[in-house]
Amino acid sequence: MLYREAGDFKTSYRDDGQTFPIRLDRWGYYAILAVAFLVVPLVIDSYWANAVLVPFLIYAIAAIGLNILTGYAGQVSLGTGGFMAVGAYAVYKLMIALPAVPIIIHILLAGAITAVVGVLFGLPSLRIKGFYLAVATLAAQFFLVWLFNKVPWFYNYSASGQINAPERTILGWAVTGPATTASAKYLICLVFAVVLAWVARNLTRGSVGRKWMAIRDMDIAAEIIGVNPLTAKLSAFAVSSFFVGIAGALLFAVYLGAAEATEAFGINKSFLVLFMIIIGGLGSIFGSFAGAAFLVLLPVFLKNLLVVQLGWPTDLAAHLELMIVGALIVFFLIVEPHGLARLWQLAKEKLRLWPFPH
Amino acid sequence: MKLKLATVALGALMAAAPAMADLVVPNLSYRTGPYGANGTQYADGFNDYFTLLNERDGGIGGEKVQTPECETAYNTEEGVECYEATKGSGALVYNPLSTGITYQLIPKVSADKIPLYTPGYGRTSAKNGKVFEWVFNAPANYWDGASVAVKYLLDQNGGSLEGKKIALIYHNSAYGKEPIRTLQELSRKHGFSLTELPVDPPGQEQKSQWLQIRRDKPDYVLMWGWGVMNQTAIQEAANIRFPMENFIGIWWSGSEVDVKPVGASANGYKALTFHGVGTGYPIYEDMKKFVIEPGKASQGGQFVGSVLYSRGMYAAVVIAEAIRKAQELSGTSNITAAQLRDGFEALEITPERLSELGLPDFGPEIRMTCDNHGGSGMARLQQWDASAGKWTLISDFTQPDQEVLDPLILEDSEAYAKEAGISPRC
Repeated sequence: MLYREAGDFKTSYRDDGQTFPIRLDRWGYYAILAVAFLVVPLVIDSYWANAVLVPFLIYAIAAIGLNILTGYAGQVSLGTGGFMAVGAYAVYKLMIALPAVPIIIHILLAGAITAVVGVLFGLPSLRIKGFYLAVATLAAQFFLVWLFNKVPWFYNYSASGQINAPERTILGWAVTGPATTASAKYLICLVFAVVLAWVARNLTRGSVGRKWMAIRDMDIAAEIIGVNPLTAKLSAFAVSSFFVGIAGALLFAVYLGAAEATEAFGINKSFLVLFMIIIGGLGSIFGSFAGAAFLVLLPVFLKNLLVVQLGWPTDLAAHLELMIVGALIVFFLIVEPHGLARLWQLAKEKLRLWPFPH
Repeated sequence: MKLKLATVALGALMAAAPAMADLVVPNLSYRTGPYGANGTQYADGFNDYFTLLNERDGGIGGEKVQTPECETAYNTEEGVECYEATKGSGALVYNPLSTGITYQLIPKVSADKIPLYTPGYGRTSAKNGKVFEWVFNAPANYWDGASVAVKYLLDQNGGSLEGKKIALIYHNSAYGKEPIRTLQELSRKHGFSLTELPVDPPGQEQKSQWLQIRRDKPDYVLMWGWGVMNQTAIQEAANIRFPMENFIGIWWSGSEVDVKPVGASANGYKALTFHGVGTGYPIYEDMKKFVIEPGKASQGGQFVGSVLYSRGMYAAVVIAEAIRKAQELSGTSNITAAQLRDGFEALEITPERLSELGLPDFGPEIRMTCDNHGGSGMARLQQWDASAGKWTLISDFTQPDQEVLDPLILEDSEAYAKEAGISPRC
C-alpha cells in the first residue's frame, strides 16, 4: 500500500536506470545517510564506536571488496586477510615515512599498493579456476602474513614485531592514535564506506561490472563475445584488493591502533569476510553490508544478552555464542542460499503487493 | 514495526552497561580457545582472592570489590571490545593476561587515564615509568626472565657459556618475540650462540622446529610458549629425547596443564617463576573457610593452588595492595583510577607484608617508584616432578643482569616516546 511504484513515473533513461527506482527506497536511503552523517556522530559513545559501528563499517568495506572478486567476477579468494595485512603495513610505513602527507592520501595509497599486490597474486587466476584458485589465494594469505612477520623492515625493527599507529589528524581532528574521539573514528570509516560503496555500485552496473559478471557466468562464452579475460579478471583483482587494502588500513590505523600480522590478519579474517559475503549475498552491495552487520553485531549482541543481561558465566556464553552463530549460518544457508540480500529483496516484493497479494 | 521493535530492543541491550558501585576491577579473562586451559586457572585465582577479601574483610578499606568478567579468547579485537564495554563502569585497573591486548591497550589507557597492570607479561620497556605513566609490570618482565634463565645456566656451567649453543623456541607473536633482543645481547656478552625458532600460533604444529633441534643439538632450549604450544613442545622434546633438565620455559610455559599431558617423560622440565606454588600457605586456610567451602569459589575451586591459579591470585594481591595504598594516600576509600595509579607508584610489598597477608616468601619484594614501574625483576626456577605431580622450587630469587637490561629498556621506551610524542616525566 505504501511501498509501491505506482504513480512514480520515469521520463528519462537516467531516471529509469537509477539505483533506487522506487521513491520510498530512495527516501529511505537518503534518510539513512542523513541519520548516519548528522545524528549518529552526535550521540555515539566510544563503546558503540569501537565495539559495533567502526568494525561494522570496516568489515563492510572488506566484504564489498571480496564481493567484487567472488560475487561479481566469480573468482574465489581466501587471501583477504593477507591483503588486509598489506593495506595495514602499507599505511603504517607511509604514516611513519611521510608524516606531513594527509592520512586520507596514505589510506588511498595503501589501497593502491594492495591493488598491485592483488594483481600479482591474481595472475594465476588466468590459468586456474574454482577450488584451485582458492588454494592459490590461500598461498597468498600465508605468504603475506609470513613476510610481515619475517622481514623486520615492515615493522620498523620493533622488538615485538607489533606496529603502532601514530596520531594523525584531519582538519585538526585526530583520526588515529589514542586521542581519537568516537565520532571522528566513526566518521572517517563512514566516509570511506559510503564513497567506496557508491564506487562499487557504479562500477558493477557499468561495462566493467558486466564484463566481470560475464566472466563469472561463463568465461568461454564471455571470451567469444569479446570480453578480454586478462583485463576483466585482473581488474577484478585490482579493484577488490584496493577495497580490501583500505579496509585493512582502517582496521589497523583507526580501529585497532596496534596490530601484529599473525593475530590480526590470520586465515580467520579471510574466512570471516568470506562468510560475510556468503551470508549477506554474493553479488550484492547491500548483501556486503548485511553480512558484515550480521557477523559483527550478532556476537556482540549475544555477549551482552547472555553475560550482561542474564549473568551467565563468560565461558559458557562464549561457547554458546559460537554454536548459535554457527547454527544461524547453517539455517540461513538452507532456508535462503542466496543470503540476506535475497531475503530483503523477497520482503520488498511482498511489500509491493501488500495488502492485496494475488 | 516488528523489525523496528527488534532494533530498539537490540539497541537497548547493546547500550546497557552493567550497573556498578564499589571498586571495579574488570577481569578480562579467556576460558575458551587454544589458550583457554591456561587462562581459566589464572582468572579463577584472580576472582577468588577478591572474593576472599569481600567475604573475610568486607572488601578493601570497607569497599567491596567487583570483578566483572569479560571473555577475550586471547583475541585483540575482542580484548578491545571488552575494554570499551567495561571502562565506563568505573574500572580501576586492567589486567588482560595477553601481551597482544596489552599493546592495544597501552595507548588507550594512557588517553583514558586508567592504570594497566601486566605482571610478567606485556611490554617490557613499560618498566620505564618516565615514559609509560599508566603501565606497571612488576614484579618481573620478559627480559628479566631471559636474563635470570641465562644466569642460571651460567651457574650450571661454572660461570661461562662460551661456545655453548642455546635455542629459543617461541610463540611467533609480540609475546614470543619480546625476549629476542635481550637474548641476542646476552649471547654477545657471554659468547653463546643463539638459534631462534618461531612457532606460528596457536602452536600445535612444531615438528620442523624440533627436527632442527635434533639436528643442531643445542645444549639448552629456552621456550616462550603459551596455551597448547607448551604441551606440544614438551611432548616433542620428549619424542626426540631431548634432556628435560636442559629445557627451560618462561613462567607462562611452566604450569600443570603444560606438563601433565606429557606424563612421565616430562619429568625434570624446568620453568621460571616469580611466585610460590601449592596450597601450603596460611592464606589457604582462610580461602577454604570463606571462599571454597561456602561454594563461592570461581568454577568451584577446582584449580586452587595450581601455578596459574597462584599467579592470578598474586596479581590480585598486588592490585589489592595498590588499592590499599591509594586509599591511604588519598584518604578516601572510594578511589578513582587516577588515585590508584598513584597507589601503584608508591607501592611497597615487603616480605613482612607478604607474611601478614598469609603468603610468606610467596613473591619477591616489590618497590615501585616514578621511574621504576617494574620492581626488582627477580625470578626463580622450578622443576617438574612427574611422579609426585608437582613443581619444586630449585633456585632462590635471582637478580637479573640490570647492566644489560637497563640500556635496552631505555632504548625501547625512548623509541616509543618518540613515536607517540611523549615527553618523559619525573
